[in-house]
Amino acid sequence: MTGDIIEKDSPKDEAAARGAVAAVDPRLLVREEGLKGYLLEFWRKLRGGDLGSLPVVVGLAAIWAVFQWRDDAFLSPKNLSDLSILIVGTGLISVGVVFVLLLGEIDLSVGSLSGLAAAIVAVLSVNHGVPEWLAVLAALGAGAVLGALHGVFFAKIGVPAFVVTLAGLLAWEGLKQQVLGTTGSISMDEDGFVASLTSHYFSQVAAAYGAAGLAVAGYFLAQFLDARRRRAAGIPFRPMADILVRTGVLAVLLLAAAWKLNEYMGLPLALVIFVVVLVLFDFVLRRTPYGRKVLALGGNVEAARRAGINVDLVRISVFALSGLMAACGGLIIASRITSAAQSAGTGTLLMEAIAAAVIGGTSLFGGRGSVWSALLGMLVIGSIASGMALLGIATSVQNMITGGVLLAAVVIDSVSRRTQRSAGRG
Amino acid sequence: MPNEPVLALRGISKRFGAVQALTEVHLEVHAGEVVALVGDNGAGKSTLVKTIAGVGPADGGVIEWCGRPVQVNRPHDAQELGIATVYQDLALCDNLDVVGNLFLGREIRRAGVLDEIEMERRSRELLHTLSIRIPSVRIPVAALSGGQRQTVAIARSMLGEPRLVILDEPTAALGVEQTAQVLDLVERLRERGLAVILISHNMADVKAVADTVAVLRLGRNNGTFDVASTSQEEIVSAITGATDNAVTRRRARTAEVGR
Repeated sequence: MTGDIIEKDSPKDEAAARGAVAAVDPRLLVREEGLKGYLLEFWRKLRGGDLGSLPVVVGLAAIWAVFQWRDDAFLSPKNLSDLSILIVGTGLISVGVVFVLLLGEIDLSVGSLSGLAAAIVAVLSVNHGVPEWLAVLAALGAGAVLGALHGVFFAKIGVPAFVVTLAGLLAWEGLKQQVLGTTGSISMDEDGFVASLTSHYFSQVAAAYGAAGLAVAGYFLAQFLDARRRRAAGIPFRPMADILVRTGVLAVLLLAAAWKLNEYMGLPLALVIFVVVLVLFDFVLRRTPYGRKVLALGGNVEAARRAGINVDLVRISVFALSGLMAACGGLIIASRITSAAQSAGTGTLLMEAIAAAVIGGTSLFGGRGSVWSALLGMLVIGSIASGMALLGIATSVQNMITGGVLLAAVVIDSVSRRTQRSAGRG
Repeated sequence: MPNEPVLALRGISKRFGAVQALTEVHLEVHAGEVVALVGDNGAGKSTLVKTIAGVGPADGGVIEWCGRPVQVNRPHDAQELGIATVYQDLALCDNLDVVGNLFLGREIRRAGVLDEIEMERRSRELLHTLSIRIPSVRIPVAALSGGQRQTVAIARSMLGEPRLVILDEPTAALGVEQTAQVLDLVERLRERGLAVILISHNMADVKAVADTVAVLRLGRNNGTFDVASTSQEEIVSAITGATDNAVTRRRARTAEVGR
């Protein structure tokens, strides 16, 4: 099936592809051409315990189907648009958590840090008249510095990250209350910079479609150039048909999202921020030497050390990153309610941020995971919250169900890890 | 075989507190030669390897590299000279794929970004020249068998274009088939003109691939044997000390001089 498309497009490509495959050592795993090859490779990965994001995508589809069936307001433009903003705050925190989990560690302080960041912005901008952008920078800086502090205690002194960040959870929660003072809650400027982060929509119809088109074109170009370089280097590459199918699927998804968003108020700024952050950190993780070091540390610290990686520095930087992202998330959450309250950063926020990363497919055992799991996991958690609210189900039930989903995700993680161990090829 | 050894240890001694771990140890390795370093537990094999690898420098004695004396005080010095060591625990990252492991710590960059394509091309080339059988260079090392992991670790040591490779118990804990794969690889290293020091407890492996067997016993040389003309029993008795008397020592010495 896929072969036909190639032949129609460019017979030369087809011949070159055949040549490249034929030149490959026959003992190597080579994917057969066409649909059958895909299914075989897919099956091989499943059996090897390499589930990737499959469980969460299936789960998300099921959740959406159930809620849409119970209440057809669930997939309405307004609800989806609200959902896309609702998930950004916790999602940004979760991006930092993904990096910490990749090291095989945990950061329990992200909730408190996000609340502290919100408090710093509110106090500086409202009480002391500091320009909002400067207050935001101060809050982000504080997040990064305090995160780095956790990292120093963990990497240099050897205190378990669990304990360091647990101390941070308590300490920064206290600091936040100190910063906020007796007033309890500080309201921010409804039209200010921070408020606009979640209240601004790019309402032109062209904006959402343009962004979607740009993303699709960028994806296609990156894939196409990669395949061309691979072919030039004589190593296996993705056939054109494969790239076209993937680009097509992405295009359908993004254009559908753009259409839904335009039906309501347009493309939310918060969503743009989230997606840009995701793309950026995904690139950092998969394509830069720094990301490779993070993954190596998650796989085998001793191997990383012997390979000349500065283990302490990478650890400290990852905790600093986690603190920075926690502060970013705190700002978005404060922006949604345009205030910094005593309750900022408390409650289920911390658990949701960690749960999102794990539900999205990032392993608790370190070394395996993707930045995109922050988005997928938050979509699951956010959908459950939003759907239950629509159906008028109490928060208590909602928490129990989210807990169940988290447990399922961890079970899948543990089982797939065991399968991967035992599926070693002979 | 060229006369000048790639590596020659002359009178290496090493002391840990009250324990004399190595006493006046001699060892020579030539290009294209596999020297098996054998000895009972605590005989000083690992200590000797560490002095060569720069992990635990010797207290006394001379290390000669291609005929001239050198200082090996840090692992970096050893790498500079062209000595690659594959330790028993392999030091692979399970979650990274074969390419990622091969280039760990020396990633090829292109404008600051990982050049995956070039790394993959070179990985395939390297594995091809060593005839290493790996299902795919893009699967995580966790999905490989023990023998394949060992070959990946050895292949990684080859990236620095070394002239001497030290293998610490490469076949320990491997099955029959996998052991054969690793031994094949050792022979290929020899064919490529590399000097190989093979630490092993397994006499069958030693007989299968080594040219020369150097026996250590209680931190001292206890004979160097030509594998082809020595029986397994003789080697074993040198290891256990059953023949550790003046007669055998003299025989071993004269045999060495005569060679």
